[in-house]
Amino acid sequence: MRRKKIINKTIYHVLVTLFGLIMIYPLVWMFMSSFKDTNTIFTTATQLIPETFKFENYANGWKGFGGISFGTFFGNSLFISILATIGTVFSSAIVGYGLQRCKFKGSRILFVAMLLSMMLPAQVLMIPQYLWYQQLGWVGTYLPLIVPYCFAIQGFFVYLVMNFIGGIPKELDESAKIDGCTYYGIFARIIFPLLKPVLVTSFIFSFMWRWDDFLSALLYINDSARYPVSLALKLFADPGSTSDYGAMFAMASLSLLPIIVIFIFMQRYIVEGISTSGLKG
Amino acid sequence: MKKKSLTLAQRLNRESTAGVVCSLPFIIGFLFFMIVPMGISLYYSFCDYNILSPPEFVGLKNYIQMFTADDRFWKSIGVTFYFALVSVPLRLIFALIVAMILVKGSKASPFYRAVYYLPSIIGGSVAVSILWKRMFATDGVINQILGMFGLPDNTSWLGQTSTAIWTLIILAVWQFGSSMLIFLSALKQIPAELYEAANVDGANGIQKFFRITLPLLTPTIFFNLVMQMINGFLAFTQCYIITQGKPMDSTLFFTVYTYQQSFEFYKTGYAAGMAWVMLLIVGLVTLVLFATKRFWVYDEGN
Repeated sequence: MRRKKIINKTIYHVLVTLFGLIMIYPLVWMFMSSFKDTNTIFTTATQLIPETFKFENYANGWKGFGGISFGTFFGNSLFISILATIGTVFSSAIVGYGLQRCKFKGSRILFVAMLLSMMLPAQVLMIPQYLWYQQLGWVGTYLPLIVPYCFAIQGFFVYLVMNFIGGIPKELDESAKIDGCTYYGIFARIIFPLLKPVLVTSFIFSFMWRWDDFLSALLYINDSARYPVSLALKLFADPGSTSDYGAMFAMASLSLLPIIVIFIFMQRYIVEGISTSGLKG
Repeated sequence: MKKKSLTLAQRLNRESTAGVVCSLPFIIGFLFFMIVPMGISLYYSFCDYNILSPPEFVGLKNYIQMFTADDRFWKSIGVTFYFALVSVPLRLIFALIVAMILVKGSKASPFYRAVYYLPSIIGGSVAVSILWKRMFATDGVINQILGMFGLPDNTSWLGQTSTAIWTLIILAVWQFGSSMLIFLSALKQIPAELYEAANVDGANGIQKFFRITLPLLTPTIFFNLVMQMINGFLAFTQCYIITQGKPMDSTLFFTVYTYQQSFEFYKTGYAAGMAWVMLLIVGLVTLVLFATKRFWVYDEGN
């Protein structure tokens, strides 16, 4: 009986591990290939570990395109992602507070609008927003990639905050009110400090999404010196580009690094974010 | 946060005013970045417009052309539906199976969970798309691995109309991680008493799954289905980078075709009309899903 249990357990772990390896094999393969001699990547594709680890691809890839190094692209991505994320987190926090804690005419309509904004994805808005930003003279600048996010347009984050505030006892608000705190004071001194976990979750998700964002960069940024990483990577994939696959995999791996590092260290927040927001749809 | 002068303080501090003030960013954002652009594009969709010259009102011409004279329009709708209707259910089934396996729990579970979840965190990135493109190339790693097992190793996965769409579907299914996480936390919330009672009644594993687990999961499945269908209909990056709609438009997603109309053929008015059609399709699909809800989704209220 006991032996059967151990055998079952072993089979379970072997199968689950095996399947897990298949899942991440493409990523490991890319990462390993980035250390191979660029000419041998596809002739030795089935050999996972390089014979010698070479960093030439990283040096070559980092040079970038037309004299613009990947350092610039990374800097651009960081700039856009951080600003848009800070805007998202703070605006979503205050809007979430307003919708959850204050009763006012039209708050229900706003709530519905927020759900709508959750279901109205960027791809539907691609052409409409382009036309609008063109009239505003925003095309070619970072404004379309940053400014809208400072206005809580991603309902997902407002929803996360509302959910979280819903779990904070209202007595806290009431007693602060008796002590003479205004509604804004309650937000700034009581609610906001308590929001830390949900703000971290929002920060992580927003940053990852902005970092990966390709569509809006493709639409609005046409000067290659201002390209974020996602758009710069696409240059490797363009037909007719000199196909230095080693450099391509090196820079692609590097572009995933921030996300993977966040993922490893912030996993708890990510799992919680997905589970709670997903459950209470 | 909000600086308040004494004279204004009391008026600003009414609950209703505070609510509006706090919601102001969203009110502005929603109007300015969603409603206004949608409105403008509605107008342009009735125009001949190519960004360079001023719009010229042509009534329903764009829509009529779309529905009656544009084969690629219909083709792209077909491809998009095929992609969404195949990849989303596959992804959910995968997510559910893996969640059922992992929910049993062991010390290694958090580690497994992380490994399975990682692809869905980075799967939408350009980096993964260019990797995918190389993996499925004729001299790519997929063919070489097949060759190792003595299977045909010269299939042009991206070059054949029958297989190209499947490279995109596999990429989508590969990202089942976030659905899996949602299923995992839903599974943990099913009361253990239900299973105990079923054990007393002598139910077997299959009965327990179909009588307890699955019905109680239907609200979660429904939520996943709605959100992922919407996303499935609107996939862009993968298609744009990996196949660009080729070969012979067999992977031409609606979003990519819209992009082409606007930014490659400079028919922006036409593309604005397509964006509206896209919105209607997504809305319609969502409505249909909601209409079927009462037939199969377990309602906790009753």
